[in-house]
Amino acid sequence: MSQDFYDSPRADESENTRTLAVLVDNEPGVLARVVGLFSARGYNIESLTVAETDRAAHASRITIVTSGQPGIIDQIKAQLERIVSVRQVIDVTLDPAGVERELALIKVRSMGQERIEALRLAEIFRARVIDTTLESFIFELTGASQKIDAFIDLMKPLGLVEVSRTGVLSIHRGAEKN
Amino acid sequence: MLKTDPMDGSAPRTLTLTGAEIVVRALVDQGVTDLFGYPGGAVLPIYDALFAEPRLRHVLVRHEQGAGHAAEGYARSTGKVGVALVTSGPGATNIVTPLADALLDSIPIVVFTGQVPTHLIGSDAFQECDTIGITRACTKHNWLVKHVDDLARVIHEAFEVARGGRPGPVVVDIPKDVQFATGRYVAPSDVAARVRPRKLRPDGIEAALDLMMRAKQPVFYTGGGVINAGPHASAALTALVRETNFPITSTLMGLGAFPASDPHWLGMLGMHGSWQANHAMHDCDVMICVGARFDDRVTGRIDAFAPNARKIHIDVDPSSINKNVRVDLSIIADAGAALEALLAGWRRRNARADEAALARWWAKIEAWRARDCFAYRPDDKIIKPQFAIERLYHAVKDKDVYITTEVGQHQMWAAQFFHFEQPNRWMTSGGLGTMGYGLPAALGVQTAHPESLVIDIAGEASVQMTMQEMSTAVQHDLPIKVFILNNEWMGMVRQWQQLLHGERYAHSYSEALPDFVKLAEAYGAVGLRAETPAELDGKIAEMLAAPRPVLFDCRVAKTENCLPMIPSGKAHNEMILAETFRGDEIDEDGKMLV
Repeated sequence: MSQDFYDSPRADESENTRTLAVLVDNEPGVLARVVGLFSARGYNIESLTVAETDRAAHASRITIVTSGQPGIIDQIKAQLERIVSVRQVIDVTLDPAGVERELALIKVRSMGQERIEALRLAEIFRARVIDTTLESFIFELTGASQKIDAFIDLMKPLGLVEVSRTGVLSIHRGAEKN
Repeated sequence: MLKTDPMDGSAPRTLTLTGAEIVVRALVDQGVTDLFGYPGGAVLPIYDALFAEPRLRHVLVRHEQGAGHAAEGYARSTGKVGVALVTSGPGATNIVTPLADALLDSIPIVVFTGQVPTHLIGSDAFQECDTIGITRACTKHNWLVKHVDDLARVIHEAFEVARGGRPGPVVVDIPKDVQFATGRYVAPSDVAARVRPRKLRPDGIEAALDLMMRAKQPVFYTGGGVINAGPHASAALTALVRETNFPITSTLMGLGAFPASDPHWLGMLGMHGSWQANHAMHDCDVMICVGARFDDRVTGRIDAFAPNARKIHIDVDPSSINKNVRVDLSIIADAGAALEALLAGWRRRNARADEAALARWWAKIEAWRARDCFAYRPDDKIIKPQFAIERLYHAVKDKDVYITTEVGQHQMWAAQFFHFEQPNRWMTSGGLGTMGYGLPAALGVQTAHPESLVIDIAGEASVQMTMQEMSTAVQHDLPIKVFILNNEWMGMVRQWQQLLHGERYAHSYSEALPDFVKLAEAYGAVGLRAETPAELDGKIAEMLAAPRPVLFDCRVAKTENCLPMIPSGKAHNEMILAETFRGDEIDEDGKMLV
């Protein structure tokens, strides 16, 4: 008897990028607990955002972009749920109504045609100019991470100087709380 | 969080006490009667409050590690939460090992640490350390209490978290000024639950019963979770195994949940488990894992682990599911609730397994059992370590006995040759493998069971790591028996050097050892020595008759190997027996493993 009883070999064993929203009690050290879990068990963190979201309810929301095979992602979620301070773990990537956004500040330094081209592209991406000198702009851009990546790539030959990004934020679409 | 009064929304009635008094009052309200500790500057107010509290017995250890392991032994042998109290800085860092130990073995303990006053935190004050930072990775949860009004709530939450769900260790770090400050005390019943209870889903149980009824070669594989779930879980397991007529094996941590004298018992599984248990695991078609976690010491080579089995995994911790081994059916539940539901379902269905297939399965198992895998060559001049444990077991098996161990060969021989009929009788460091665990753990067990016989089966290397606790045993009149299998080697290290490192025995031989008999006497305990098989029974009788703590120096064969053994990186059915042992069974890949 050498039958494989597993439903099927996992359809996709490749590395997936996943966005997890971790709702936590806002108490001292809670971020260290979450981050410590990732480092102790060797999981990846690609981006991380955290802030208090409801002072009265002592609630904070941590949004983590991580990557791994599906089994690892399941482990990450189960391990996060084990932390006493964690109230809920939401897999934003799997949520069809999940919305992900990131904000970036992008400094570009150029003159002449390149300067005009940077401004033109910024308009296409609906980036706002929040600071300018005669030889530079700072753009503020909001959107999905891929959109920000694309804009940054376009700015590289046009005098890209510096980038600051918030990391991914997430929320559930519609009238209801997730 | 505190509960509010459902009638008028007001806060619960409170009592005003100092922080130190709140600690003591909370312990009493949590049903604590014994704690283990060591005073120091940052906990003196709590010790002052303890001084006036007759309902709490404090056992003074000689090193904070001892307090932690004693609390673990206490917890494991009673099912209650163990408690330790230590000071800041080195007091806290010394108890890190027991915290890590309790985390891996799911033992509920609450450790109170003193902390420097809040206004000095972060200033590198005398005996300051970041206790919360240091212990975050080796606790289920920890708290720094900066406001005395939070203290009672936090302590009650700490007990709930320690014992709730999958049990484990927690730390409550209390700055000295908080101990002196005056604040409100709230009772346990006024604190809202922090652990979310889970409901057992009946569809999982029904699916498990379907698999069990169709099984031709089933096996139960159980672990420490059954013991953590309480004696009712062991009772349900025992009934279920007998009514299904399925064989059962267990992990090191699970010994005692099922009576070893029952013919369904195959002995422990894993690296040094029995031939029949490991072969049954490899060949089974339905595996019912209850409260065990597919640890590497149990599974051997993971891609060859029970290749033809449908695996059912019952565990209270969702993160244990599919962590090391993917299973076909998972049931998130307390082992007791799940086993009782399985038993009730099996009875309700009036279920029978495929009896013809089961009979063939048992015939196979009996053939494996007939290999007599624990056989060793007896000797009439030198005490074989296996023989020593057999004689010890023979002498105490009808007594009210609790066994602790250190870590190494003696621990495995104890698991192989000492047999347990009841849960909570076997205390050992399974996950972390902490040498030095057994002696202080025995103190904890003896504190909880003053009339019982408590034996630490030890090795001469391990026991020296916490030997100073003999002084604790003498002070508190805890008549533990430390039965040292003394082969002068770190036996398991020596065995692995023989197997893996070309017999180059780097630093595994103790060139100098204390005279354990004189050492016992120096502590004010009883020292005994046995050097020949002929005198062993008499000396054991002398040990058992002694009303005081005993160090028993049992001189055993020096280079005996612990077998059978699944070599690192091999599968359950590639186990080696003593009779065929060559010493070159581990390949290059296996050498990389621990």
